[in-house]
Amino acid sequence: MNKIPVIIKREYLTRVRKKSFIIMTILAPVLMAALIIIPTLVMMNQQQDFKKIAVIEDNSDLFKGVIKNTENLEFVYLDNVKVDDLKSNFDQAGYYGILYISPEIVNTPNAVQLISKKQPPIGLLQHIENSLEKEIERQKLMTYNIENLDQIIKNVDTKVSVQTKKIGDSGVIKDTSTGISMALAYIGGLLMYMLVFIFGSQVMRGVIEEKTSRVVEVIVSSVKPVQLMMGKIVGIALVGLTQFLIWVFLTMGILTVIKSTILKTENLTEVSQNMTKSILSDEQPQMAQDQAAGVNPDMAEIRQLFSSALNQPWGLIILSFIFYFVTGYLLYASIFAAIGSAVDNETETQQFMLPVTIPIILGLMVAMGTMQNPESSLSFWCSLIPLTSPVVMMARIPFGVPYWQLLLSMALMIVTFVAFVWMAAKIYRTGILMYGKKSSWHEMWKWLRYSG
Amino acid sequence: MALFEAKNVTKKYGTQLALDNVSISVPERCIFGLLGPNGAGKTTLIRIINQITGPDSGELFLNGHKLNAEDVMSIGYLPEERGLYKKMKVGEQALYFAQLKGLSKAEAMRRLKYWFKKLEIVDWWGKKVEELSKGMQQKVQFVTTVVHEPKLLIFDEPFTGFDPVNANIIKNEILFLRERGATIIFSTHNMESVEELCDNITLINKAKAILEGNVYDIRKQWAANEYDIVFEGDVNIPENGRFKIISRQQDNGKSAIRFKAKGDDDTNEILQMAVGLGKVISFNPSLPSMNEIFIRVVESRN
Repeated sequence: MNKIPVIIKREYLTRVRKKSFIIMTILAPVLMAALIIIPTLVMMNQQQDFKKIAVIEDNSDLFKGVIKNTENLEFVYLDNVKVDDLKSNFDQAGYYGILYISPEIVNTPNAVQLISKKQPPIGLLQHIENSLEKEIERQKLMTYNIENLDQIIKNVDTKVSVQTKKIGDSGVIKDTSTGISMALAYIGGLLMYMLVFIFGSQVMRGVIEEKTSRVVEVIVSSVKPVQLMMGKIVGIALVGLTQFLIWVFLTMGILTVIKSTILKTENLTEVSQNMTKSILSDEQPQMAQDQAAGVNPDMAEIRQLFSSALNQPWGLIILSFIFYFVTGYLLYASIFAAIGSAVDNETETQQFMLPVTIPIILGLMVAMGTMQNPESSLSFWCSLIPLTSPVVMMARIPFGVPYWQLLLSMALMIVTFVAFVWMAAKIYRTGILMYGKKSSWHEMWKWLRYSG
Repeated sequence: MALFEAKNVTKKYGTQLALDNVSISVPERCIFGLLGPNGAGKTTLIRIINQITGPDSGELFLNGHKLNAEDVMSIGYLPEERGLYKKMKVGEQALYFAQLKGLSKAEAMRRLKYWFKKLEIVDWWGKKVEELSKGMQQKVQFVTTVVHEPKLLIFDEPFTGFDPVNANIIKNEILFLRERGATIIFSTHNMESVEELCDNITLINKAKAILEGNVYDIRKQWAANEYDIVFEGDVNIPENGRFKIISRQQDNGKSAIRFKAKGDDDTNEILQMAVGLGKVISFNPSLPSMNEIFIRVVESRN
């Protein structure tokens, strides 16, 4: 009778029922959501901080009304007031600061001063600079006596954003976004690294627990050591999968709630409506429609981003992720299981951990480099070598990987993980029953060659 | 008929010989003592019987057929180093071990209830193992060893960690299991319990089986014609070529003498001689304890 399911069930249930599992599972999405919410709240609070600024010009009214008020900024143009008079008591008068524009500004860019008690935020400065630059440009152009100048300026006002398109083997051109590819590469690589490492080391701790509490001898008198090892590895993989899925759903749920409560603005609903429209309708005519309708360029950009996100090879990414998670996890978990079996307690694992940690951290570093330069030969080799390939290949896929490379990498992965599981099982079988021996790589090599 | 047999078992770990051509034969319904100093190879042999590891050469038979993977269900093993999951509840844990031995959940539940009641540990079903005293944990472990009603039971130092009362309970359970038809391999360093419980033994030293057979036969074999006699009053046995005094104690008006007779003397003749010397209170042929035999055999080999 096959007893692996009984083992898997125990490994799974004892972990899932633990308080620490429940707490982490609930807390992690809250923390992740907090990472998104807090900066948003901070930004919104900053904007709500209302500032009134006095604008003083030296005996002219060239720039009167040029700097427009915004939601949080009010510019008050004061005539016949000297800067020096206001300087001492602008605070009491309710001003955040004094903007002093001298007439030389047309030729001397730094002939403008903002006097305030606090360091002014960058947004305020940019707003002032942009407004003044535009006005000075306009005034300079005026001196050329061009007809219909205002209309011309309106017409030439342009924004540029480079659209990247990828041409497939079949000649179909698709929108892509380097930003989105980078984000996917980052998330894919990092998630792979974390899952493999966290749950791989849980396997190790489980093995050590059984060894130190001597449960293992009772169990291996009922089942084969390799069954116990595989039962544990699979059970923990299911725990990881459960936690991962709960995280995905909780995070999505929390984000939906945030979207509908905190960011409840007309603007946003408009964006999402437009985005749904652009997904439903064919894309090229939509662009034309946009131009015809004079749709806000920002909106077009968001739509573009959205459509290129949809154009990512999602099926390939998800399938590869599952493949590399399963094989990569099995590979590392079996190494961790072998290490756990070779030591008497957790402190002894240190000497073994380093050589195992190095390839996976190297993989993560190469993956980060891959985002900058997906075609580098380092990325290529590391995405083929099985110890680094799960992390590196996940970072490469969003940028496009030739199928032969992907298949070669996967084939190498399968061969290697089978070999590692087999070797780990041999070490494990001997290691779990060895106590008080100074464990070393040499010792493990000897165990590998013991007969049944 | 032998329930279990190991024939010419050899096992090496690297270059180190753990078992060298060891054979044992365990009759059905016998309590079989597996003895030997630390590191002699007992644990290796027990692990081979449990199929935790395989022998390099040699054959094993259970109930007449070659030992195979299915036989783990017919064997119960209580290792010397007891082990339970500390964070797991007692009941769940017992169910888990029973299921690993091939019982269905319902059947495991039914049998565990019986044993928990019998050993009066029902109240601990929902407790975590770490909340239990060592003796209580031992009882739980004992139950998990016997719950699948194996034909062959292997107990490695079953009485350590128990107080005398609980040790006696466990001893009676072992005898009860034998009554019901189980065969027991019993490994211990406590020679008194070997004399008390075991029918047959094998003594392993330095990977080799060096002494085997029925306990009483072995003790008689090692007896070397020594006798203990107690007389009333101050009496002594004359040392002539026939008897050799080993020790003599005199107190409370009695004389206790241990002496050695020549090999061909019959007990009746010795007793007749003794009656002529004075009033005999007691007379016993002195059998060496298993402890003495153990020490003498092992030391003579070293």
